[in-house]
Amino acid sequence: MLNLLELLSFGPNGWGDEILQGALLTIELALVTLPVGIVIGLAVAVAKDSRSRALRAVGDLYTTVFRGLPELLTLFIVYYGGQMLLTRLAGYVVEGAHIEVNQFVAGVVALGLVLGAFSSEVLLAAIRAVPKGQKEAASALGLSGWNTFRLVTFPQLWRVALPGLSNNWMVLLKDTSLVSVIAISDLMRQTSIAVGVTKQPFFFYLVACLIYLVFSGLSSIVFTALENRASRGFKRVGGH
Amino acid sequence: MEPFLGSLGEGFLWAMGLIGLNADLMSRYGLRFLDGVWVTLQLVGLSIVFGAVLALPLAIARVEGGKVLSRAAFTYSYFFRGTPLLAQTFLIYYGAGQFREQLTDIGLWWFFRDAFNCAVFTFTLNTAAYQSEILRGGIQTLPAGQMEAAQALGLSRVLAYRKIILPQAIAVGLRPLGNELVLMIKASAIASVITVYDLMGVTRLAFSRSYDMEVYLWAAVLYLLMVEIVRRVWNVLERRLNRHLLVSR
Repeated sequence: MLNLLELLSFGPNGWGDEILQGALLTIELALVTLPVGIVIGLAVAVAKDSRSRALRAVGDLYTTVFRGLPELLTLFIVYYGGQMLLTRLAGYVVEGAHIEVNQFVAGVVALGLVLGAFSSEVLLAAIRAVPKGQKEAASALGLSGWNTFRLVTFPQLWRVALPGLSNNWMVLLKDTSLVSVIAISDLMRQTSIAVGVTKQPFFFYLVACLIYLVFSGLSSIVFTALENRASRGFKRVGGH
Repeated sequence: MEPFLGSLGEGFLWAMGLIGLNADLMSRYGLRFLDGVWVTLQLVGLSIVFGAVLALPLAIARVEGGKVLSRAAFTYSYFFRGTPLLAQTFLIYYGAGQFREQLTDIGLWWFFRDAFNCAVFTFTLNTAAYQSEILRGGIQTLPAGQMEAAQALGLSRVLAYRKIILPQAIAVGLRPLGNELVLMIKASAIASVITVYDLMGVTRLAFSRSYDMEVYLWAAVLYLLMVEIVRRVWNVLERRLNRHLLVSR
């Protein structure tokens, strides 16, 4: 048992620092993907809420595809497909050019596309939950478009969307582990490297699992605080 | 029969070539892809069924169990829902290899040496956690009067669960259970990482040999097809099973 703990120490003999670096990269990946996915999700939600039939169809197609495909497949399509596409495009400019797609970018794009599909559903429901009268009242009070969004629509939309978005975030956090397959040195891959050297798969993968649990535990603390703050002006049924 | 099927296949490939797909690639890997789909269906089907069997006691432990039992069931589902399936799969597949001697001693090594079995085992444990949460939620939405009325009629607790509580809990949880099935189809692609030749595994193999992006598009179409079929079938099923709850239109 003591030997196993020694394996987790920092420094040349332990894997603690390598695994910690991986864990930080996992967090970084998730945090960079989050805004990308939310922006995509917002755009798709607006498209699905629009009056144009074509736009609605595009939005629906987008969610059907990226919610239906395995995340691993999306990742491969973005990574290899992106590489081939960019190489071909570059070939038109410079003869025989070859482009390597950065794995981190491919990971962000793939996970962002998936998060966009899932968060668009949440955001669409939230947009629809804000009654039209709110906007009308805001314009009656003379608020500008931006101020209406900032002060009236958004705070209400945010409260409804938060629980769903918190769910999306938890899924994203776990999905980041897939990028280890295209050789990003995230928590999962660093763990696998440690396993390859030490031949202690059970111990190291268990440690990795516990780190993911800590991340989701911390996230749920943050989201609970955000939700409490967002609904401070809202009394629940039988509330406190 | 044989020449007929052969010419049918030729015709299919010709049609595929006509709409711009790589017929040569398809004739080489087409059947393998169908095999891959079959492996994926087996993975998902077995895991979902075994998972459901495991989910039932877990959900009941959450609701009925004392402090220890319900805490244990909660910890189980917290672990499996809070960690990535990839990590769980590695933990079990590679972890089992580490305990080879012990597993041989208790006569279980034959099971864990096979990647497919390990994938089914991991997916079962994983989906059991999610399904038990769905079932628990379903049970806990029911008013306490349901159980009280059942007991007033002289039904034992077991019988009350079988006849009164569970049918209603499952009706409530039908939609999330359908979602879980879809999620499982998607998640099963992870099996390809531990050398199972499911649809994803076959796709990766075909790509590594041909470097033709088209194979990923086939896989995408096949996965979307599976997911769409499940979604449609589930909608019909839900409407049928919950028809007593539908408001008349």
